[in-house]
Amino acid sequence: MRYLPHTDTERAEMLATIGVSDIADLFAAVPHAARLKAPLDLPAHSPEYMVEAHMRALAARNRAGADGPFFVGAGAYRHHVPATVDHLIQRSEWLTAYTPYQPEVSQGTLQMLFEFQTQVAHLTGMEVANASMYDGSTATAEAVLMAKRLTRRNRIVLSSGLHPHYRDVVRTYVGDGPDLVVIPHSQAGTLPLTIDDKTAAIVVQTPDFYGSLRNIEELADLAHDAGALLIVVVTEVVSLGLIEAPGALGADIVVCEGQSIGNALNFGGPYVGLMATRASFVRQMPGRLCGETVDADGNRGFVLTLSTREQHIRREKATSNICTNSGLCALAFSIHMGLLGEAGLRKLARLNHSRACALADALVAVPGVELVTNTFFNEMTIRLDRPAAPVVETLAGQGILAGVPVSRLDPDQPDVADLLVLAATELTTDGDIAALAHALTEALQ
Amino acid sequence: MSMNTHGRPTGIGSAGSPTSGAALLPDEPLLFEIGDTGHSGVDLPDVEIDETRLGGFARKSPLDLAGLTEPEALRHYVRLSRRNYSIDSGMYPLGSCTMKHNPRLNEKIARLPGFADIHPLQPVSTVQGALELMQQLAQWLLTLTNMTAVALTPKAGAHGEMCGMMTIRAAHEANGQGHRKIVLVPDSAHGTNPATAAFLGYSVKSIPARPDGTVDVEAVKAAPSPDVAAIMLTNPNTCGLFERQIVEIAAAVHEAGAYFYCDGANFNAIMSVVRPGDLGIDAMHINLHKTFSTPHGGGGPGAGPVVLSAALAPFAPVPFVRKGEGGLELIEHAEGEHLGRITAFAGQMGMYVRALTYMLSHGGDGLAQAAKDAVLNANYVRARLRDVFSLPFGDQPCMHEALFDDHFLDGTGVSTLDFAKALIDEGYHPMTMYFPLVVHGAMLVEPTESEPRQTLDAFCDTMLALAADAKAGNAARFTAAPMRAPVRRMDETRAARTPKLKWEREEDVKQAAE
Repeated sequence: MRYLPHTDTERAEMLATIGVSDIADLFAAVPHAARLKAPLDLPAHSPEYMVEAHMRALAARNRAGADGPFFVGAGAYRHHVPATVDHLIQRSEWLTAYTPYQPEVSQGTLQMLFEFQTQVAHLTGMEVANASMYDGSTATAEAVLMAKRLTRRNRIVLSSGLHPHYRDVVRTYVGDGPDLVVIPHSQAGTLPLTIDDKTAAIVVQTPDFYGSLRNIEELADLAHDAGALLIVVVTEVVSLGLIEAPGALGADIVVCEGQSIGNALNFGGPYVGLMATRASFVRQMPGRLCGETVDADGNRGFVLTLSTREQHIRREKATSNICTNSGLCALAFSIHMGLLGEAGLRKLARLNHSRACALADALVAVPGVELVTNTFFNEMTIRLDRPAAPVVETLAGQGILAGVPVSRLDPDQPDVADLLVLAATELTTDGDIAALAHALTEALQ
Repeated sequence: MSMNTHGRPTGIGSAGSPTSGAALLPDEPLLFEIGDTGHSGVDLPDVEIDETRLGGFARKSPLDLAGLTEPEALRHYVRLSRRNYSIDSGMYPLGSCTMKHNPRLNEKIARLPGFADIHPLQPVSTVQGALELMQQLAQWLLTLTNMTAVALTPKAGAHGEMCGMMTIRAAHEANGQGHRKIVLVPDSAHGTNPATAAFLGYSVKSIPARPDGTVDVEAVKAAPSPDVAAIMLTNPNTCGLFERQIVEIAAAVHEAGAYFYCDGANFNAIMSVVRPGDLGIDAMHINLHKTFSTPHGGGGPGAGPVVLSAALAPFAPVPFVRKGEGGLELIEHAEGEHLGRITAFAGQMGMYVRALTYMLSHGGDGLAQAAKDAVLNANYVRARLRDVFSLPFGDQPCMHEALFDDHFLDGTGVSTLDFAKALIDEGYHPMTMYFPLVVHGAMLVEPTESEPRQTLDAFCDTMLALAADAKAGNAARFTAAPMRAPVRRMDETRAARTPKLKWEREEDVKQAAE
């Protein structure tokens, strides 16, 4: 087996050094009755080319984004990732290092995390950011728990338009009950009536699940007047190159799905959650934090810090059970953001919006299509004159991935069967849009 | 110029410091000190836009994001990378972390467009290969564990713990046993175990270890059974020992109406030797980034699928894959008692791909050999060091990691921390130190199966030479260590007392101070 260095002779010599005659002697503590007596029913080891053939056959049964027109978004976005990013993250020193517990031999990772935290703070307009979370959905759930700790209140209000998966994850984390108020899309206007002196936080997504841009300032005032916090969720971080930073509008905690920058679609993971907040809240923030300090010679260096919040020190009193972050995805994010810079991100964001405008213009010209979202960044919702799911299936059969039917994520919500969410990015061509419009026109005849 | 015990220079600095950034140990300024907001390493068309569809929400606040051109970016991140230790550059005997070889085939496969460039919400009919892959991975995990079901979606080990303990909570509630509020956790447990239990509203009751480092079944039986929801036990445990009474413990836990959660962080030692399902375990997470070698990436991403017994299987989260009439289905909404959704989408596909590639490469025979070699290597280190280093639980075989305490350093003025830092000067990543907490000044060495004997010998020679040096009264080289790393020992107290968590312009800092 190509990954195992020992020969049988070496194994025997090592057993002799240990002072046992058989490897089974080292497993003496394993209850005899439970030990496997025969090999498991699994295939034997395999040469590299055969493994590759097996995996390629599986990959070939998936329709890749580049195979044709592609308009799927709803929380994960198909962007171009510069070749430099993927080259760099595969360097051994990044790929095969552990969490930087030993700072003297981990300054690469630590400095990168410090830069990442700075980028996230600037992007969101907040004072501090952590070294990343698993993804946007779990970051949202952690933000909700953080708000409960900070306010010592229990009620959470999820505004309409929060990604249904995010809503469901929050529900799993905090439990269903009177303290979790979920505003349905059809009753978006009722949110102010649900805010009271028991409310810990309002959670709002912008651009929301349907693509609409939300008035953050108004909700921040509403939350703050009640002594509650405003948690802003951003699932498309590229939008922050064009849309006002939540931190400039009164957000208390900002969480994002960072996948769009530096990370491939990967069928949903691994991704990278971003979390940023006010400096005064940092000790209630979950996750790893990297801080600047000096070494014994007075030279600048970086360490993981404020770990007295964390499970390996505080055990059952920790702010979260979280142990890892999403280090390599955070690195990819940071490199891509470093390549973009402010000038590049602004251009990328304008380009995305411009492609989305072209898409919207083409869609409204299709008979049987109504544009539901008046404001948007790079994603929009349309209402068809019939259920969306079968139409999406029909177009998929023609090689066009036309977006996400709302009913797939939210089957229980009334009146969403005809709604379809579509995204455009810098990779969306005029040809893609024309092909979609043509196919949709035919499908709706 | 000072020398180490091997007669090698410990300093090279003409600038007065041994680590001042010369030659192959480059100092590197921050991204924000090299780049600026005008530079960019990406060519994009500069389009004008009409802002009417932005609803008045266009960004007015500054972004202040520094940019680099492509050559500058490459150099910045390559230079930074050289300040990291990695598995590929040397032995990484970090106990409890399973720093084994990361095959590059896995990276290649994960980047196939059919895996990397597919969207979690595109029609299920267009991702049948992805669902098939999830099925195959699940089948491997179930065969290796002899459990009933597996929840693939947890994003990391701690997330898997949360998921597994949530299924236990849900099962108790469904059985009218929701009043059970105590979780038993041995003192030697990973910090995530009590954190997870507390996170789910349980109170944690510690169980002390026996003098031999394992859990006493009598201590489990003595716990107030009607209120106990579960035990969380790591096996092999964090002392590197197999819990030899595990079957009796499982029986006692079940007798009391509680469930047995096993922290499977150390599954690498026993895969294909013994199956958790044959030990009475109800739920166990498996760290794909340890046992199945998905790279640690400087702290993630990981993946922590949870295998479940028949009693807990109905409570597994959505989504999961099921065979349907027209092919595989991704069940995203289910009737019944499942605990809901613990993450968006379908989990860590990129990690599933790497783990399955690793499994296929090894095969069942290779995985069994890997477990045996991991145990062999740890015992070899233990045997080579046992005359000098102190074994807290006597001279008994260990599993995949060897645990030492700091008694051998008594009177030397050298601490476990100092010893670990001296290893850096000798070219090794330190072992895990001060964990588990049940052992004084713990040093936990996990060589993994990836290390050849000559590397183990060199490492053991170094460990013995350092121990001899400490005993010979050369404490100064330990307390001053590391001397040959890119930086010297860091002032962690200062970092925590006055947290500086992002870069700020000097003029802004000055202005704020005035």
